[in-house]
Amino acid sequence: MKPFEIVETPIDTQKYADYVLHAGAGAVTIFTGNVREWTHGVRTLYLAYEAYIPMAEKKLAEIGAEMEERWPGVKVAIVHRIGELDISDIAVLIAVSSPHRKAAYEANEYAIERIKEVVPIWKKEIWEDGEEWIGAQKRYPGEGKSSN
Amino acid sequence: MIKVHYFARLRELTGKSEETINQESLTVQQLLDWAEETYPGFGKDMIHVAVNEEYALKDDVIQSGDVCAFIPPVSGG
Repeated sequence: MKPFEIVETPIDTQKYADYVLHAGAGAVTIFTGNVREWTHGVRTLYLAYEAYIPMAEKKLAEIGAEMEERWPGVKVAIVHRIGELDISDIAVLIAVSSPHRKAAYEANEYAIERIKEVVPIWKKEIWEDGEEWIGAQKRYPGEGKSSN
Repeated sequence: MIKVHYFARLRELTGKSEETINQESLTVQQLLDWAEETYPGFGKDMIHVAVNEEYALKDDVIQSGDVCAFIPPVSGG
């Protein structure tokens, strides 16, 4: 495994938990983003994710570096799955260890927010009566912010 | 020659995942204008461009040999 990667097969949570755990870690937080069946009353059959893989892995690693800078002592692994995912499948997993719990919680939440802003991954929702690519990006990167 | 990648909605709109543009150099804005003209409905105002896997600004210059990607609104997670 790579600590920051895009995969096409089911995500094995334990592998990433083991990667971030070390003798100096007093806390490990694992976040998984899973495929949800119902969104605002509309039933999803499955999701299809695609990524610009080399850039996505690079951006995930950059997010990891940002976390290490903001919360010294954290160790991070982030994996996102692409392809067709069924209800309840893990789409994204963020594992963070830190000496104390507060940083592990905070850094983990920071990671998912950043992923949704800058990592070139796209989700298509497939419903019983249609499908649509989802996207919420608004700001042009670089405008008013230099870090992305 | 400039290589461009299309993803998600743009891959479906253009019917291709990549192509090569026969240009020596152009700005990101010019590339977006070209795409909008070539593929009606492209939606250039909402699309970012990555040059060699890094987000570029609209007045950045793309050179022959660069690899570009149109990045529609992302929705990972």
